[in-house]
Amino acid sequence: MTTVDRSRPYAPDPAAPGAGLRARLVVERAAFRLDIDLTVAPGEVVALLGPNGAGKTTALRTLAGLTPLTAGHIDLDGTCLDDAARTFVPPERRDVGVVFQDYLLFPHLTALENVAFGPRCRGASRAQARAIAYEWLARVGLADLANRRPRQLSGGQAQRVALARALALRPALLLLDEPLAALDARTRLDTRAELHRHLADHPGGTLVVTHDPLDAFVLADRLVIVEDGRVVQEGDAVSVTARPRTDYVARLVGLNLYRGRGDGHTVTLPTGMAFTTADTVHGDAFVAFAPTAVALHPDPPQGSPRNTWSATVTGVTRHGDHIRVQLAGGPGEAAADITPAAAATLRLEPGQPIWAAVKATETRAYPAG
Amino acid sequence: MIIDQSTGPACPEPSGADHDPSGPGPFAAGPFGVGPFGSQPSPAPGTPTSTVERRRPVRPRTSRRVPAPLAVPATLALAFLVLPLVGLVVRAPWPTLPQRLVEPEVLAALRLSLVAATLATGVCLVLGVPLAWLLARVEFPGRRLVRALITVPLVLPPVVGGLALLLLLGRRGLIGQWLDRWFDVTIPFTTAAVVIAEAFVALPFLVIAVEGALRGVDERYEEAAATLGASRWTTFRRVTLPLVAPGIAAGALLCWARALGEFGATITFAGNFPGRTQTMPLSVYLLLETDPPAAIVLSLVLLAVSVGILVALREKWIGSPA
Repeated sequence: MTTVDRSRPYAPDPAAPGAGLRARLVVERAAFRLDIDLTVAPGEVVALLGPNGAGKTTALRTLAGLTPLTAGHIDLDGTCLDDAARTFVPPERRDVGVVFQDYLLFPHLTALENVAFGPRCRGASRAQARAIAYEWLARVGLADLANRRPRQLSGGQAQRVALARALALRPALLLLDEPLAALDARTRLDTRAELHRHLADHPGGTLVVTHDPLDAFVLADRLVIVEDGRVVQEGDAVSVTARPRTDYVARLVGLNLYRGRGDGHTVTLPTGMAFTTADTVHGDAFVAFAPTAVALHPDPPQGSPRNTWSATVTGVTRHGDHIRVQLAGGPGEAAADITPAAAATLRLEPGQPIWAAVKATETRAYPAG
Repeated sequence: MIIDQSTGPACPEPSGADHDPSGPGPFAAGPFGVGPFGSQPSPAPGTPTSTVERRRPVRPRTSRRVPAPLAVPATLALAFLVLPLVGLVVRAPWPTLPQRLVEPEVLAALRLSLVAATLATGVCLVLGVPLAWLLARVEFPGRRLVRALITVPLVLPPVVGGLALLLLLGRRGLIGQWLDRWFDVTIPFTTAAVVIAEAFVALPFLVIAVEGALRGVDERYEEAAATLGASRWTTFRRVTLPLVAPGIAAGALLCWARALGEFGATITFAGNFPGRTQTMPLSVYLLLETDPPAAIVLSLVLLAVSVGILVALREKWIGSPA
């Protein structure tokens, strides 16, 4: 341990502005390649969102120093942590905190000792470390459970201890791996709100890895969506939900999404179907509309500028307070949400032919390029 | 000393006494001529078998009966393992036991055994735990070979181990000659030699037990420690070691028991000097010629220790976190 390390955790040093995280993460494995660009500004919360196996956790491990890069680089506040060649800063010397998916609280230590572990490793005296730990436990509302062992804590409490343990070092970059995945639904709701508060207070950058869009929307300022090791879309929650760019994202935000060629107010899909849209697009373009925008009719609907197609019902499920109908035909697969009353009138069952319609004003069209 | 080869490997267990009749026997007539082996085998296999037959109608819920070709040999095997120990207990000179236990030679052997086995266990812990960690946590070329080498002393006849130690550390040995010439240090036939011999045969037990325990610990705890700023050494001290402590305790007990019963390597490398290198197993071997009841008393002590360790290990294994 150098003297620099000793002094670091106590220097309340928000004066050093830092450049945050700038990284290009490349990891190559036998049948998988991760290659993403990632930036996290100080104080910013970025969600790395993607399906299982997209490479999210691998990306997190490279930032923590637990997996070396194959190529690319990691710069944190102007310091190179890994350049895949000469430089590799080991995890214990990185200014990076991690909250692991299953928390990994040390089972043989109390909650207080778990939180004090980091400051102690960075050179704090036993008393100092305990004082810091106690303060952080108080911040997450667990001061009265300081002497409990991890196995005596509930899932939500363990999550907060893990958060306190990672934050006690005031890391320049905080990484959270599926922070709410191990919790039951009710605990998740409370913990999510509380986590949001703590992340908002954290002066360093934060990267949340998750496959749950709700976690990402609530916790993050910006979403980076990865599929198969690549970034497929990036932006704030509003822009991502308004203009999804892949089926995965469209499903996440609950939209029907198709890709085709735009020519003014018309987008023609590869299936031959042409959508009339309110927006004007030219060239490669997406068309998106919500399932609630799809109306179903037993006969071909007449009049008004509508997009209609003949479809087959492939599934009928309850979805909140409405009925979700899965359709095939026309543009491809589509979801339609209708009221239970409408469903009763239509007597829907799988295999049944039906007519679907979407108003041009209910569609959104935007360039895919 | 060459005779030891036959008794050597059998000695760690008190049941090893049943090897002795095969040895040349001035003492063969002692405990075994009149011993339990002659009188008890005939009723022994018969009794349990008939119990099985009697139970059949009484407990019809045992829907699948055990076939005789399996039941009979199994019962015989059990009797074979247990009866010699029963013999030891039955033939023990119980009335004179307390006074025999406090005889100076017995006490000296007992003390030397305990001290040497404990020191050997200490040596094994200091050297073996790091080796186990290396094998479990660090990828290095030849790791499989190293692991194979470690198991050699497990299967090697201890006398051969003792001879090998003599060739290495003896006054004319590879290293021993320099120790002798430069430092005037002679290891063989000293108490230090006892400790070395015991550590040599017991170390593999510890390394294998601890390596197994280390592999059972989730390495991600160590990663978590690293992200909190812990160096590898700090991680080992403050995370790995506490998590693996039950495994180390079990390994140390095994190691201690093996050291306590060590015979072949000890008598070859350290000799058989009362008070200095004569441990309990060696005493048992010698007393069989001169004072068989005393040999039985010492054997009983070793048996008690073995059973005690078995009980302790069982609790350790059950009590250890999964």
